[in-house]
Amino acid sequence: MKADNRTSESDIRPLKLGGNAERAPRPLIFLGLLWLSLLVAFSVLVTLLVTILVEGLPVLSSDLVTEYPSSRPEEAGARPAILGSVWVIITTAVLTLPLGIAAAVHLEEFADKHNWLNRLIELNVQNLAAVPSIIYGLLALGFLAMLQVDNKNIVIGGALALSLLILPVVIMATREGLRAVPREIRDASLALGATTWQTVWRQVLPASVPSIATGSILALSRALGEAAPLLVLGALVYITFDPNGLLSGYTTLPIQIFNWTGRPQEGFHQLAAATSVLLLIVLLLMNALAIYIRNAYQKRW
Amino acid sequence: MTITSAGTRRPTTRSDGEAPVLFASRRRWSESVIKLVLRLAAILTIATTVGILIALVIPSISFFSEVSIIEFLFGTRWAPRFAQASFGVVPLITATLWTTMIALIVAVPLGLGAAILLSEYAHPRLRKILKPMLEILAGVPTVVYGFFALQFVQTTVLREWLGLPTQAFSVLSAGLVMGVMIVPTIASLAEDAMSSVPSALRQGSAALGANRMQTSLRVVFPAALSGIVAAVVLGISRAVGETMIVAIAAGNQAQIVASPLDQGQTMTGFIANAALGDSRVGSLEYNTLFAVGLLLFLLTMLINAISIGFVRRYREAY
Amino acid sequence: MSDTTTQSSSSPEPRPHFHAANHGNLPPVSNQLLGCEDLDVYYGAFRAVTEVDLEFNRNEITALIGPSGCGKSTLLRSLNRMNDLIDGARVEGTVNFMGQNIYAKGVDPIEVRRRIGMVFQKPNPFPKSIYDNIAYGPRVTGMSVSSMDDLVEESLTKAALWSEVKDKLKAPAFGLSGGQQQRMCIARTIAVKPEVILMDEPCSALDPIATMRIEDLMHELREDFTIVIVTHNMQQAARVADRTAFFTAHAEETTGNRTGVLVEFDRTAEIFENPKDKRTEDYISGRFG
Repeated sequence: MKADNRTSESDIRPLKLGGNAERAPRPLIFLGLLWLSLLVAFSVLVTLLVTILVEGLPVLSSDLVTEYPSSRPEEAGARPAILGSVWVIITTAVLTLPLGIAAAVHLEEFADKHNWLNRLIELNVQNLAAVPSIIYGLLALGFLAMLQVDNKNIVIGGALALSLLILPVVIMATREGLRAVPREIRDASLALGATTWQTVWRQVLPASVPSIATGSILALSRALGEAAPLLVLGALVYITFDPNGLLSGYTTLPIQIFNWTGRPQEGFHQLAAATSVLLLIVLLLMNALAIYIRNAYQKRW
Repeated sequence: MTITSAGTRRPTTRSDGEAPVLFASRRRWSESVIKLVLRLAAILTIATTVGILIALVIPSISFFSEVSIIEFLFGTRWAPRFAQASFGVVPLITATLWTTMIALIVAVPLGLGAAILLSEYAHPRLRKILKPMLEILAGVPTVVYGFFALQFVQTTVLREWLGLPTQAFSVLSAGLVMGVMIVPTIASLAEDAMSSVPSALRQGSAALGANRMQTSLRVVFPAALSGIVAAVVLGISRAVGETMIVAIAAGNQAQIVASPLDQGQTMTGFIANAALGDSRVGSLEYNTLFAVGLLLFLLTMLINAISIGFVRRYREAY
Repeated sequence: MSDTTTQSSSSPEPRPHFHAANHGNLPPVSNQLLGCEDLDVYYGAFRAVTEVDLEFNRNEITALIGPSGCGKSTLLRSLNRMNDLIDGARVEGTVNFMGQNIYAKGVDPIEVRRRIGMVFQKPNPFPKSIYDNIAYGPRVTGMSVSSMDDLVEESLTKAALWSEVKDKLKAPAFGLSGGQQQRMCIARTIAVKPEVILMDEPCSALDPIATMRIEDLMHELREDFTIVIVTHNMQQAARVADRTAFFTAHAEETTGNRTGVLVEFDRTAEIFENPKDKRTEDYISGRFG
């Protein structure tokens, strides 16, 4: 720019006209690069969606939902995988939600924050969230081996791995929900003679149900899309029956996609794409529900 | 979903005629049971970590009674199922390094660019649209990313369009797609870090005649640096631990990867693949899974500890 | 010839007018460097300040006083276009700097801020070394500086901080005390050589001793700069300012929105000893605000 050599106070330096330092080439290029980074990310997303739609739409029919897998792509369907996913996710929800919410209530409402054990728990939850998902598969595998279970491909085994996988997510989401309930609500209840637990049960938890629900749905949708831990537990099997209980054999949608992706025949790739479309639709619906709950019950204080 | 009102309860005068005396509540007993249950639920998270350690360490001890740690860590041939078995983990590590590096080369600039845009430029209304779109990127199942990496990036882009000399699989396609998958992780954490830089610093910078670019790069970015580093480190940890994309697109031939166009088996890829074979509990093959798992676990814990350390530092700053 | 300024309060009642007497010892009006005419500042539909006419003379300190919520800080921020950074903020009327309207088309707000610097309520050092804090402005504005070291020393000296920090220039600015941080922020502003320094309650976060040092410093800075200071502390205005403008908040009857209006603008001594308006007198004597 220009030299600044003001000599006396009476010098008049008029404001330069016509320039705008925000519109100079460098800031504009910078802003362009920022937009480009978002654009690249989104265009990959769009390309991915287009790819699986183009490949999957021709075979996306009711057969996909009603047929059993087959060695011939034109006859194959994902019925057991869909039912397996339903079984596993419901079992996961039943296992993990009470546990996660209870742990979060303890940490947020009862725990003495200076107690070493509680601080350890807190640090530990943070750590667990970063453990690779496949490690949870190994954990469940080792656990089932310890119980002398021979066939490890059972619904409860998969649900165990997924529950522990999303437990930290549920805990963190619940804590955030509890934390958003203002201090005054607690004080008001306590001042009326309610105990801490009564206050939590009757005031704090009901008030944070929307955010807990939102967090839980997002956590379960993550479990629904997860494949690695189940792969370790041997869920990549050829199943031609409907899973019917906690000890039943199963496979899930992501595993079915993995299976078909790895086959050489193009027909199976189409099936994999079509199943991906199906899975994405379910996940999108879950996400939409979560966002709807979040917006419908957004902060009333 | 309605808030239960405390007012609907009658006052808790327990028995009529009794003088109101202050004494320990009669609900204490059931309450302490509840508190114990809650506490146990929280302690279960510790049990999970301990369980992971036990589950990984016990088979690993058997493994290392047969294979020396030196051979495992520094051996350059990974062939656990061959008759002439060899347990050098270096090939798996090279593949993991390649996919992670490629993913970071994609994810760090894109993620930080998106974070600066969202935190420093975007109007709140625009941010409300863009952030959920990024979240969709994070919500796509990894197995679908894997399908995309193999069927589109590897087959169509790298081989057909670019005509690159690559076989059916490559660490490049797996790494590229993994990078896109990690973008939301880095973007959202880095944006949090930058948003928590006090706006007084932005105003101070503007009052000295800095434009937005200068303020973003010279004031906000350095001020949020430890949070940004934590975001990148967490991205690394996700890349190292990611399984499905590499299991599908990187290939499953354990070899020292010399070029991004080579195929290679990562640590996670090996675990996923070896689990497909039905190995007997207690066999060396079975134990190998856990030895690699232990190495992976320790590696991600180390990376995570570094990340938590950086987060602490930026929490202290503000 | 007179440096009388005519002020107006907002509708709906008839506008009272105040005439400040010329006491002869003040520089003539041609010495005006910065001023605003008929200035309204809005946040969205909300009018924060209305119909302000003020002029700020070269090498004088002008204080803006008044109860909280009367829009003094808002007004101050409109004098160097800091309000541009706030979504929905909008300005009507003109702000003249050396005879040019800073809101005119083609004027670069960044150039405006460079020429009209600002010191904030709370010291806001960048998380960098003291040296880098001072050098930041010259660096980002691309000033051609023969020796950055000299410029840093000169700026810190002018801000009466050099002797305290000359041995720890590379130390983080966070390590300084609150008063030192604020003087460093003043030095940082001086380093880009602005003509005007706007100060937004610069001492409100400081203890009395640090406040005194800043006030002394302001007297010295007046030699080189034109200063506009917002303060809620009347004694401070009385101690440092050559002229004082008194603002108050006027509640609109229909909406209840409180809009800042300028009540009286005069030599500081006049404002404090001989206020022309009842509201000024009430405020000065502590009857409200």
